[in-house]
This record gives sequence, structure tokens and C-alpha cells, in this order.
Amino acid sequence: MRIVVCMKAVPSTTEVRMDPVTHTIVRDGRQAVVNPFDASGLEVALEIRERLGGHVSALSMGIPDTVRLLRDAISRGADDGLLLSDRAFAGADTLATSYALSRAIARGGMPDLVVCGKMAVDGDTAQIGPELAGALGMSCVTDVREIEHVDEGHITARRRRDGALELVEAALPCVITVAKDAATPRMPSIAGVRRGEAGTVEVLDAEAAGCDPARCGLDGSPTQVVRSFVPERSATAERVEGTSAEQAERIEQIVEGMAL
Amino acid sequence: MSGLSVNADKCVGCGICVRTCASEGIEVAGRKAHVTDSCISCGMCVDACPVGALSIEKDAGAGADLSAYHDLWVFCEVDDGALAPVALELMAKGRELADARGCRLMGVMGQADATDADANAQALLSSGADGVIRCVDGRLRTNDAELFARWVCDLAETRRPETILYGATDFGRELAPQVAVRLGTGLTADCTVLEMDVEQGLLQQTRPAFGGNLMATIVCPTHRPQMATVRPGVFQANPDAAEKTAACGGATDVSPHGAVEDVALEAGLEPSLRVLGREDATGGDSITSADVLVVVGRGIGSKKNLPLMRELAELLGGRLGCTRPLVEAGWCDYSCQVGQTGVSVAPKLLVSVGVSGAIQHLAGIGGAERVIAVNEDPAAPIFGVADHAVVGDAVEVVGALVERLRARV
Ligand SMILES: Cc1cc2nc3c(=O)[nH]c(=O)nc-3n(C[C@H](O)[C@H](O)[C@H](O)COP(=O)(O)OP(=O)(O)OC[C@H]3O[C@@H](n4cnc5c(N)ncnc54)[C@H](O)[C@@H]3O)c2cc1C
Repeated sequence: MRIVVCMKAVPSTTEVRMDPVTHTIVRDGRQAVVNPFDASGLEVALEIRERLGGHVSALSMGIPDTVRLLRDAISRGADDGLLLSDRAFAGADTLATSYALSRAIARGGMPDLVVCGKMAVDGDTAQIGPELAGALGMSCVTDVREIEHVDEGHITARRRRDGALELVEAALPCVITVAKDAATPRMPSIAGVRRGEAGTVEVLDAEAAGCDPARCGLDGSPTQVVRSFVPERSATAERVEGTSAEQAERIEQIVEGMAL
Repeated sequence: MSGLSVNADKCVGCGICVRTCASEGIEVAGRKAHVTDSCISCGMCVDACPVGALSIEKDAGAGADLSAYHDLWVFCEVDDGALAPVALELMAKGRELADARGCRLMGVMGQADATDADANAQALLSSGADGVIRCVDGRLRTNDAELFARWVCDLAETRRPETILYGATDFGRELAPQVAVRLGTGLTADCTVLEMDVEQGLLQQTRPAFGGNLMATIVCPTHRPQMATVRPGVFQANPDAAEKTAACGGATDVSPHGAVEDVALEAGLEPSLRVLGREDATGGDSITSADVLVVVGRGIGSKKNLPLMRELAELLGGRLGCTRPLVEAGWCDYSCQVGQTGVSVAPKLLVSVGVSGAIQHLAGIGGAERVIAVNEDPAAPIFGVADHAVVGDAVEVVGALVERLRARV
């Protein structure tokens, strides 16, 4: 069983604050970490390999420093890592990202299974998994909570869908996107850390990955941000003053007045 | 080449961009900012630059022949024969956009059984659709995203809609990207505002920006159809739109009103997944339909204060929702999360307790009729959307309130 796990580096904190004086973005914790959903994805892949044998590759598109996260994936058990890194990939929207990833995945023959996190905590579009499936011509199961069964030809998984849990079966090759409860990521062992340090992480630019530059990065992105802004807020709120007891009394009045 | 560029005349070398950048993509040397090889064109520095010296330039790419595309489509999800409420919400918004653009509004609907198919089509027409493209076929029973994507792509390739909107249900969030990748076009997830730029027909798609306390407006300038998903509850349905237009003698010259066209699903297509079983995941009804909601955030301090908050919700005859950090901490179930990544809510009364009011959270409470917010920080953004601002300690205020309400029952 050949499995590719897509992993994204995200800022270690998603808390981005506006400086109230300068109205600029204040960001702290700039050290990137692996998107937590992708960490669960890796664990799902490792568990499948433990049962069926095979090969698990960790794949990312990012800045050169992302090699660190792929080494970490190897230390947890991935067999190898592949990083797409090139300025040509910069500014990619989900279409350009899924294009580049799909080229890297298809390189060296189609894997049996592609595992993604159900979304990235910094972008939260949840589009990459289904777009990858479309690009690779694979079937797709999103928001997987539990893998019930995998064999050489099929995967059976429990997925969440609009308030229900559905047990579905897909033919391989297939793309799945996983929620955090699909698996709890293991910690690297000491031997694993050494393996991570020595392991191979191949770094490819757009050309080496066989990508058409016109379909990568900003140029390959149909969507474009034209404006970002701090939304206007009305300051018309009634101020409820006084001690906690007085405030509580006023809230009670408001609720009463609404005749719910 | 496309990418980040620095206007050296405007740049004052302040270095705010360097501190904002998460990828070491920009540095200051000789009192000017310079883009490095690590830049990923994310645009964070563009937003942060106080003098507007940074911009992301894009070479005008060759795209589709835009004039060949017409009409606005709303993909209308049907679950077990019933039209998803978000379809009607999108119809109402779609009507506004189509009127602004002067184009037709079409509902695209696929379902398994003929039962209710007419009623569903009628509901779409009553909500303002100029026409409905409908497919009734047993293979559509399980809402298989890939099968639907192939069907919608076939339709879109021959009929060339200018815009397609989808409800961001789990199914819609699976379907829309599969259509986008096959048509090679753009898709913006979870929009909270949609506006039509009348001249160019560019859909202005606004959503919380990636990772910031900012909103971003996104367009798809050179590819068609332009596509967006919208969470349920963000827009309001208008079930008798058609009657209203008729009553005031509105325009009827755009199309033969009320046409329902049945189309066939291609013979060879089959669902990609087999659904073996299905069970309800959320115990009881969800917070999306509650009239009263108490929404709690990190400001409630600790998990041991949750029962007090729940009691408040019960005393008010409502339910309890929360912010994302509480779900991440394992205090509350994900089904309670309110916001961009959770659910959108539209209660009559929302009592927000210890919630800062981050943009991703506010994206989910726009439908609340009245908001009472309790927060100890008078500058908390939540007060910007509140009707009643209670500056105080979450536990003290709610404790006092619960005592009063208890005394009444
Ligand atoms: C892609 C993405 C998607 C996201 N989606 C969502 C989403 O769907 N829903 C969501 O909620 N968040 C979402 N977030 C997270 C969001 O950005 C905020 O981090 C989150 O909403 C903050 O939650 P909070 O208000 O509980 O916590 P905080 O921001 O920490 O705010 C706590 C508040 O409590 C107040 N407080 C502290 N002590 C007290 C006290 N004793 N009494 C009264 N008040 C007190 C503080 O003044 C503060 O305002 C998302 C983030 C990203 C990046």
C-alpha cells in the first residue's frame, strides 16, 4: 500500500491581533508547526501501514524551512518526505495548490491512498482534499472520523456529514480528509528522531516537479484578493453599568422586555 | 513576474512588514524593504504596511472569453427529498445579484425520487428563480459529490453560467471544489458578503481573511464560472419573492417565468462511494434553530464554570454554544462551535459571555437579532456588534443573573 500524506506548515498561533494604535497586524509565535489535522492524517497512514505494510510519504508545499516538519514526520514513522519549494508556488490559491500537489503525488506512479487533514487551521477552506481528488481522478471521502477497514482494493470509513455519521466504502485509489479524532498522533521515539535527522527529504522546484509554471502560484490562481479591511462596527450598544447585581437586574429586564 | 513588490518611493523602512511576515519573505536593508526568495505572496505584509508601499502584482493571465458566460446559478441541495434551507437563502441573495447584473437566476437541483420534485422546484420559483434545471435520477440518492460534480460540470460546460453559488453544507463543501478543479476555475469558501460589480459582472466575495482579524474581498477576474460557498444561516430566505415582484408589476421580460427543465444524467455515471450505513451524530436538535443562545468563550475562565453557563441557558429556555478554543480544549462538543468553522446561528437573543469577538466568530452570529455581551474588557470587539454592553466579570454577572432567574421559577 503506497500512501501519501499532505502536510501544511501553519503559524503556531492563529491568534493575530490588530495593534489598536497603529492598526497593523501584530503576530507573535512565528515558528511554524504542522497543521494539527495533518498530524492526525499521518497517524492514520502509519496505522494502515502497520496493518498492511507499504510505504508512507509525507508531502508539503512551503518555504525551505518546512523541511523541518517533514523530518519530524519521518521521526514519527514516515518513510520519506517530499517538499515542493519554489517562489513560483508563492501566492497559490487552492486550485494552484492542488495542482502542484497533484503533480508531486502523481510523480512515480499513483499511490493507493492520499491522506489530507480535513482543513488547515490558518485558512480553513477544506478545499484541497476534494480538489486533489478531482485533479487525480480519485474518489474522495471527507471529514473521516474513523477508518473501519482497508484492504488492497477498498477503504471503509465513518465520515461526518451534516449532523450524521455515515459509513461509506470507496474503491482505491482514494483521497481521504481526516478530523482530529480519526487518530491521536504518536510521539517520535529516540530512534525515530535519529531516523528523522538522517532521513531523506527531497526538495523539488516547480520544474523538477513537472509543474507548468503558468498553473502554479499567483499566476495559476483564478482568485485574487482585492481588498482587506477591518469591518466597521457600530458603537450603538447600550452600556449596562453598575455592580454585578445591578447589571444582572438590567439584563433580566431586557430579557423580560423581549417576551420570548 | 507576478508577486510581491515594494514601492521604494513610499517605503520608509519601518520594518513592520518584517515583523508581520511568517516566512522571512521580506527584509529591510538600506532603509528599504526587499522581497526575499522565501516570500509566499500571502499578503500579510500588504495589510500591515502603514504607508501602502507593498502590493501583490499579478501578470494579466489569459483567461476564458468572459462574454460567453451568462446567468447566475444556485446549486440547490436536496436531502432525502427535502430542499435544504440554505438553497432558499441563496436564492434570495441570488435574486439580488441577478437583478443587479441583469441576468437570469437559475436553480440547479438533483434528487432521487419524483415525489416532492415538483414542490421543490415550485419553492425555488417562488423564491425568485427564473428557471429550474432539474434532474430526477435514483443514482443521486446518496448525494455523491463526485457524481454531482460530473453532472454540474457537464451542464456548466455547455450552458456557461457566469456565477455558481453553493451552500457550505458538508455536501456542498465537498461538491464545489470538485466542480472547481474540473472546470479549472476559482472558488471562495464561506463568504459572508456577496456583491455584484455591475459593470464587469465580477462577484465581490467577502470572507474572513486567512488568519487575521480582517475581512478580505476576493474576486475571480479571468475565469468563469466564478464560484462561492456560503454557510447556512448567513443570508435570509425570501420564500414569496416571486409574488412580491408580480404584485408590484416587476420585470418579467428576462425569461419565460417559471420554466422547469428536466435533464437526464449521463448513462455511464455511477456514485463513487457506497453508503453502508447512517446514524444521527448530534443528540437532540442543534443550536442553529434555537431562539435563545448563550455563547461562552475563554473568558469564563475554567471548565468548572460551564454548568453555571448551561444553567443560564436553561433558565432562558435556550441552548449553549461556544467559541473555538473551548472545543479545542475539549470543554464542549464541536457541534456547539459558533463561527466560520462552526455553525452560523440566528437566535432572537444571544447572550455572549467571555467572548472576545474575533472575526471568525462574528462570521457566525450575524443573524442574531439581539446581542447582550458580557466581557471584562471594555475594548473587546464583541461590543461592536452588541446591543447591550455589560463590562464585568463573566462569572459574577452570570452568577447574579442566574440567582435572579432562579428566584422567579
Ligand atoms: C481559520 C480560522 C477559523 C476560525 N473559526 C472559528 C470559529 O468558527 N468560531 C470561533 O469562535 N473561533 C474561530 N476561530 C478562532 C478565533 O480567531 C478566536 O481565536 C476565538 O473565537 C477566540 O475565542 P474566545 O473569544 O473564546 O477567546 P479569547 O479571544 O481569548 O477571548 C476571551 C475574552 O474573554 C474576556 N475575558 C477574560 N476573562 C474574563 C472574565 N473574567 N470575565 C469576562 N470576560 C473575560 C477577554 O477580555 C476576552 O475578550 C478561527 C480562527 C481561524 C484562524
